[in-house]
Amino acid sequence: MTRNRILFGIGVLAFVSVIVTVRLGGFLVDNEYRQPDRQVAAQEELGEAELVPRQQGIADEQAADEAEARARPYEEAEYRTVPFVGSRVTVWVLAQLHLLFAAFVLAVPLFAFIIEFVGYVKKEERYNKLAYEFTKLLSVSFSMTATFGAFLTFALIILYPKFTNYLMHIFSPTFLPYVLLFFLEALFLYSYYYGWGKFGPKMHLFLGFMLNVVGTAIMFIANAWLTFMMSPGKRDDIDGDGVPDFVSAVSESGALLSLRDAFFNFTWMPINIHRIIANVAFGGSIAAAYAAFRYLQAKTDEERAHFDWMGYVGNFVAIIAFLPLPFAGYYLAAEIYAFSQTLGIQMMGGTFSWLFVLQAALIGNLFLGANYYLWLGMGRMEGGVHFQKFIKWLLIAIALCFAVWATPRYAISSVSEIAAMGGSSHPQLSYLGQMSAKNTAVNILILSTYMSFLLYRRTGRQSIHPHRQLLTRAQAIVFSSAAALVIFYGVYGYFVDSATRIRFAIPQVYSVLAALVVITVIDLPLYRNAAQSGETKWGRIPAVSQYALIFIALSFTWLMGLMGYVRSGLRQEWHVYGVILDTSPDAYTPSLGFATQVVSVTVLIFFGLIGVVFWLSSLSGKKDYAPGAAPEDGGRIEGGQAA
Amino acid sequence: MLGLNLPVVIVLAAIGGVLAWRRANTLTWLLYTWVALWAFFKYGFAVPIPQSVATIYLGITGLALVCFASSSRERLSETVQPIVRLILEPRYRLALAGLLVALPALAAYNVYADLNVPLEAPGFGREVHPPPPTEMTVHDETVDMATAENPYLHYKHDDPELYGEHLENGRRVYYENCFWCHGDGMGGDGMFAHGLNPVPSNFNDVGTLPILQSSFVHWRIAKGAPGLPGAGTPWDSMMPAWEKFLTTEEMWDVNLFIYDFNGYEPRALGQH
Repeated sequence: MTRNRILFGIGVLAFVSVIVTVRLGGFLVDNEYRQPDRQVAAQEELGEAELVPRQQGIADEQAADEAEARARPYEEAEYRTVPFVGSRVTVWVLAQLHLLFAAFVLAVPLFAFIIEFVGYVKKEERYNKLAYEFTKLLSVSFSMTATFGAFLTFALIILYPKFTNYLMHIFSPTFLPYVLLFFLEALFLYSYYYGWGKFGPKMHLFLGFMLNVVGTAIMFIANAWLTFMMSPGKRDDIDGDGVPDFVSAVSESGALLSLRDAFFNFTWMPINIHRIIANVAFGGSIAAAYAAFRYLQAKTDEERAHFDWMGYVGNFVAIIAFLPLPFAGYYLAAEIYAFSQTLGIQMMGGTFSWLFVLQAALIGNLFLGANYYLWLGMGRMEGGVHFQKFIKWLLIAIALCFAVWATPRYAISSVSEIAAMGGSSHPQLSYLGQMSAKNTAVNILILSTYMSFLLYRRTGRQSIHPHRQLLTRAQAIVFSSAAALVIFYGVYGYFVDSATRIRFAIPQVYSVLAALVVITVIDLPLYRNAAQSGETKWGRIPAVSQYALIFIALSFTWLMGLMGYVRSGLRQEWHVYGVILDTSPDAYTPSLGFATQVVSVTVLIFFGLIGVVFWLSSLSGKKDYAPGAAPEDGGRIEGGQAA
Repeated sequence: MLGLNLPVVIVLAAIGGVLAWRRANTLTWLLYTWVALWAFFKYGFAVPIPQSVATIYLGITGLALVCFASSSRERLSETVQPIVRLILEPRYRLALAGLLVALPALAAYNVYADLNVPLEAPGFGREVHPPPPTEMTVHDETVDMATAENPYLHYKHDDPELYGEHLENGRRVYYENCFWCHGDGMGGDGMFAHGLNPVPSNFNDVGTLPILQSSFVHWRIAKGAPGLPGAGTPWDSMMPAWEKFLTTEEMWDVNLFIYDFNGYEPRALGQH
């Protein structure tokens, strides 16, 4: 009985609860604050003139905001931000992508023109085909360059409006010539590409030549803008005391004093030289990566042979340009140091010096990759085994030099390691962290790579020159003398003062360059019309070699991104060094780890985009679509007049 | 000798000699090279080299060995064949079983060894020279770091007598204040040096004074450790900010003296 009463009581309570909840809900809904979507109904209910107090409050606030907005004077924004990524990283990535495509577009015509010229002189059609194959990459890349250039310009105007306005104040007279040159670049590029086989050889070569002239001029103008940000003026001995004085191109407040000094500023020419050489090395490596991509896709021996040769030539171009690159880099660094000890110390002794250890690792990888590719290439020729025994010694030399170059002066050490060493530097290894050791290492690396090339060139060939023994000995003497001289200056550098030691870099460089020139001059007649012990079988190279080419291209790209960051980041909190301060929230030097991550992501984006370029470029070699026909998956080799 | 741990070097060389005598195959040589270099970097130096450097070296060695092993079809085949034989041929079954046990055991030992280290503060890379600011204020006077030079240096040629007076004043300042840490001979080995880490700068070093403009040295003297930049790494230094104790003239004089004493000239403006 009691149980039934309890159950009844619960039932009544539940019923009452439901009723109360429904009524309460109804009351709350009826008396809630009117939301905007119900405002109309409320208005109708209450009549036009009456507003609930909340609505009245909102209406008053809106009216006040509007009145304030109307009364607010126009203020120019100094900076705008990008959510999540930030303005600096946005501009950084866009500038880097623009530069990578631009470098490629400037470099490829340079060696395409040279290859076409060689084909014209030697009357060999295959060179013409090869030059055309390289040029096919240009069309899409040019569009990419322009797209990222526009994107970067908009990003600068939107995100750094005040600073961009300042640059316009300084460089506006250079913009019109720049645009005009860009127009001419498009004209020459497309007439060079689409006019392949449509003009006479001389006319076509002229178009290629003009394409290079215009492209270089464009780069020189853009270089003035960016180098001005680092060195806004020049050094000149104006008082005749033998000590260079700083001649600023702008006043203390930033007003332009001399466009000429702003344009031809202190670091302009070193950057020009460094970029021309680096562009060719980079462009060659990307073109070689394209060839590797096509080689790995190839279905026939003919395709493999063609793209193997293309990869070889692209890599050859890259390595030839790469050999003098450390000297150009050294020149640029020395000029930066000479311009400002703060920048110089920041770069080589301060925070950024750790990135040079990474640079050493990448350059060491490049040398190793380049040599490895040449060694694998010996497999194309009969009789390649003869030179295989030298590879071990070359490898030892390269690995040793690589290790020396990657040795930091002050190692990253644990507390116990520092205690054991008695300081931050190791008593023996710290010698390898000094300039004498580094200069020696890079020069020996260059000589070793050249030696690999000489061995490759000799593989399967026998000189028939009447003085071959004498000439070969002369080459050996020149090579050994250069190596001995480099090592002598390297060791002697430890016993002299730093000013003298720095000057030792010059005879080291000259002895290596002289050796390269002299040995090449001897080698050309020595192996002209040489007897072939076997046929060169293009396409008969292990597939791993193609991955080496892609690795080299990747390393070059990474290196450009990394060193570009160093050059740009050196200014630290300055937009224009010493003149315009960066007052944005991003005005701090990011950690090295973050910087390398940004560079890595940029490189990945670039390779994603260059993959699109490769794919689009390879479409032109495919058969036309025909309904019902079997899909065609292999690329056809096409070549201008031959196509 | 040469800072090497000779017994280790001799043992490693002897093993290499035995391999050469037994005409070891390519794979054995490759394994020996890597292991021998690992042992050399770890135990071959009287003062062990830092792990970070050893890792770089062994990475380079690994890359080089892979390149060598695959540098031709024949060499790759030579390298791979012993591994294929070990896996396929029944007579190596015991060795294969041993290897299958040894490899995970080695990995496990490596993990154990990595974890079984005493706890210590993390190490930091050290900047060779801290980057100076573009300008600084010393005793209410702004110094442009790019263009400032020792105002008394020109007396060396213009007025040697006055130059000598400044030098003498610099000597007095040095031996009253600096030699405690930097030493009698400026070798960074003063009587307090042993208690400092990192040790005080060695002004005899050809890589220090001659590559710096006198404005840099003036900055270091005036601002000392408190004026060091925060960028880069935490910086330990006991160098006082001498602007609080010395006059501007005294600081330039001691600047003059340390260059003169060591026979160096400050790096000139614009000098490469």
